[in-house]
Amino acid sequence: MLSGLLGGAVIGAAATLYWVATGRTAGVSGILSAALREPQARNERLAFLAGLIAAGLLAALVSGPASANTTATPLLLVAGVLVGFGTRVGGGCTSGHGVCGVSRGSLASLVATATFIATGAATVAIASRILGAGGAP
Amino acid sequence: MSGRVIATFAAGGLFGVGLVIAGMTEPRNVIGFLDFFGHWQPRLIAVMGGAVAVHAGLVALIVRAAGARTARLLPPRNNRIDRSLVVGSAIFGVGWGLSGYCPGPAIASLGSGARGAFVFVAAMIAGILAAGLVRSRAPGCETAAR
Repeated sequence: MLSGLLGGAVIGAAATLYWVATGRTAGVSGILSAALREPQARNERLAFLAGLIAAGLLAALVSGPASANTTATPLLLVAGVLVGFGTRVGGGCTSGHGVCGVSRGSLASLVATATFIATGAATVAIASRILGAGGAP
Repeated sequence: MSGRVIATFAAGGLFGVGLVIAGMTEPRNVIGFLDFFGHWQPRLIAVMGGAVAVHAGLVALIVRAAGARTARLLPPRNNRIDRSLVVGSAIFGVGWGLSGYCPGPAIASLGSGARGAFVFVAAMIAGILAAGLVRSRAPGCETAAR
């Protein structure tokens, strides 16, 4: 729990730094989407994404190789498409809605967060029991 | 390189370090949180609580210290609750539950070389581009993150 709280605090500080530097919300799905589709401020967005990747690399160097995603590849492909599509239609993901939007007291972000946690939980419940997939015990 | 680019690189790096410390880059932790009817792991509540408390607190402090000059930097607080917000978020949740990856941890996992991360991110980009084709009138940047 303590590592969760500490990691969360660091995420909150990082989101603040991004906002101070750019005036924009630090939503990762939005940053990725805009980096792909909009020429303006592309370097700033690519730099943020590069920072994320660098952090993963650093983690692998410090604490060894990361554990694999155990979801079967076909399901992982479907999941990736759903995450990309859903976050764009819904206007945000765990960072944009769950952290930044909720921090600003946005009711829409609260509704979005409750929705993706609910469908995520329903998916895990179904996948772990019927498909035996998703890595749940 | 502009100062802004350096600052956003640092923000991305810090964000990723936070995700790693919080255990968000481990899909089983995320799936454990979503497993309300099985072996539920509440840790993600601490992650979100910590992030929201620090972000909300820092933003409030900065806005108060800098006054109106910075206040207008705050992105518009869009409180519109419509069908696309709910349907899109519902679709995202299904993908999140299937994989244990949301966009940030998936991208950070590219750097750690986690098996599956590359396939997931490639598919996620396809999904983003598909959404752009479906609703090309929608705002396509972070301002869409309400």
